[in-house]
Amino acid sequence: MNEFWTFYERYRTRFWTCMLQHVQISFGAVLIGILIAVPLGILLTRYKPLAKRVLAIVGVIQTIPSLVLFGLFIPILGIGIVPAMTVLVMYSILPILRNTYTGISEVPPGYVEAATGMGMNSMQRLIRVELPIAMPIIFTGVQLSCVYIISWTTVASLIGAGGLGDLIYMGIYSYNYRLIFLGALPASIMAVLTSILVGKLAKVVTPKGMR
Amino acid sequence: MLSQILMRSLSHFLISIGGVALAALIGVLIGIGLTRVRSIAGTVIGLVEILQTVPSIAMLALLMMVFGLGNTSAVMAIFLYSLLPIVRNTYTAILSVPPMLLEAGRGMGMNSFQRLYKVEVPNAIPVILSGFRVSLITAYGIVTIAVLVGGGGLGEYVYRGVQTNDTMQILQGAIPICIMAIFTDLFLNKLENRLMKHQVKTA
Repeated sequence: MNEFWTFYERYRTRFWTCMLQHVQISFGAVLIGILIAVPLGILLTRYKPLAKRVLAIVGVIQTIPSLVLFGLFIPILGIGIVPAMTVLVMYSILPILRNTYTGISEVPPGYVEAATGMGMNSMQRLIRVELPIAMPIIFTGVQLSCVYIISWTTVASLIGAGGLGDLIYMGIYSYNYRLIFLGALPASIMAVLTSILVGKLAKVVTPKGMR
Repeated sequence: MLSQILMRSLSHFLISIGGVALAALIGVLIGIGLTRVRSIAGTVIGLVEILQTVPSIAMLALLMMVFGLGNTSAVMAIFLYSLLPIVRNTYTAILSVPPMLLEAGRGMGMNSFQRLYKVEVPNAIPVILSGFRVSLITAYGIVTIAVLVGGGGLGEYVYRGVQTNDTMQILQGAIPICIMAIFTDLFLNKLENRLMKHQVKTA
């Protein structure tokens, strides 16, 4: 254990740089993902025939492995943070888009009618009725997205994006188990904690009447 | 060239199937067990859920320290990731078998074991199968990255292509993997739907 701390001391600055990069890349990607996916999901509920096709395509993209998707973007965008971010944002959109669509589609029509009866226009219905009721499902999508993206960010290190993956790869190449630990454990803990936290947040944003 | 791609595709598939089969064997048993001891179901599924959250490269790297370089680490990682979809689907599928059917089984004089394999499991099969589908598709992705811990399969093309910025090499790996993933998804989905039609209509 003591040995590990002296090792950590040696790598401290490197470790925290990687950690910071990892947090920035992952959460940046998910945040941009939310900003794109939620409005898009809402739009899809207004154009149902299109929705089926879009969601089918989304389903296909989701079956493509991470390294393959990063690889496919190299000829187009090269390596580094730009292609990494592009792929990560693209991938983070998928679960959120699907859940926003399902969440809003599954709002019981009675509520929407009641809102119409109270004289709400379509925008008010969306903000006051449909979105709050869909919130728990949208957040499940965000939770999935966070877990995927934190994991994918470690893969993104392979195309030069930085992050905790760097430590893991260095560890694997040099067969240095302490380096592997230094990258793998924080990445795992980050994923688990984020998942729990977003799960808790989902409970907070659930309207009182639905808890 | 082509034969090499086919060989790699085959080993990619076999490594994936190996891990998923192992998880299917153990995961279905755990899932059934949990329906009998429901008090611990939440805890066990929670633990498996945490396993699922661990980033795949972190998992592979950590397993490599135990199982060494090679395909064993990949198979073990697939096994661990597949547990969640398989255990959870088995558990919920068996619990959602309509109680009517179970009573009918009891009325016909079946004991608890006969009810399990003649009533509960056949009714749960489509949902359990969808757990296998999710696991297998995830497995293709894990085998792809497992090239880093010395695994075989198509990942080697993709990885080498990424390292040397060689588009052809990337595509050699990427295209077969995408085809495999998409076809697995389509085929198992069809199978699920077909099995679903044979379900007893209770409504």
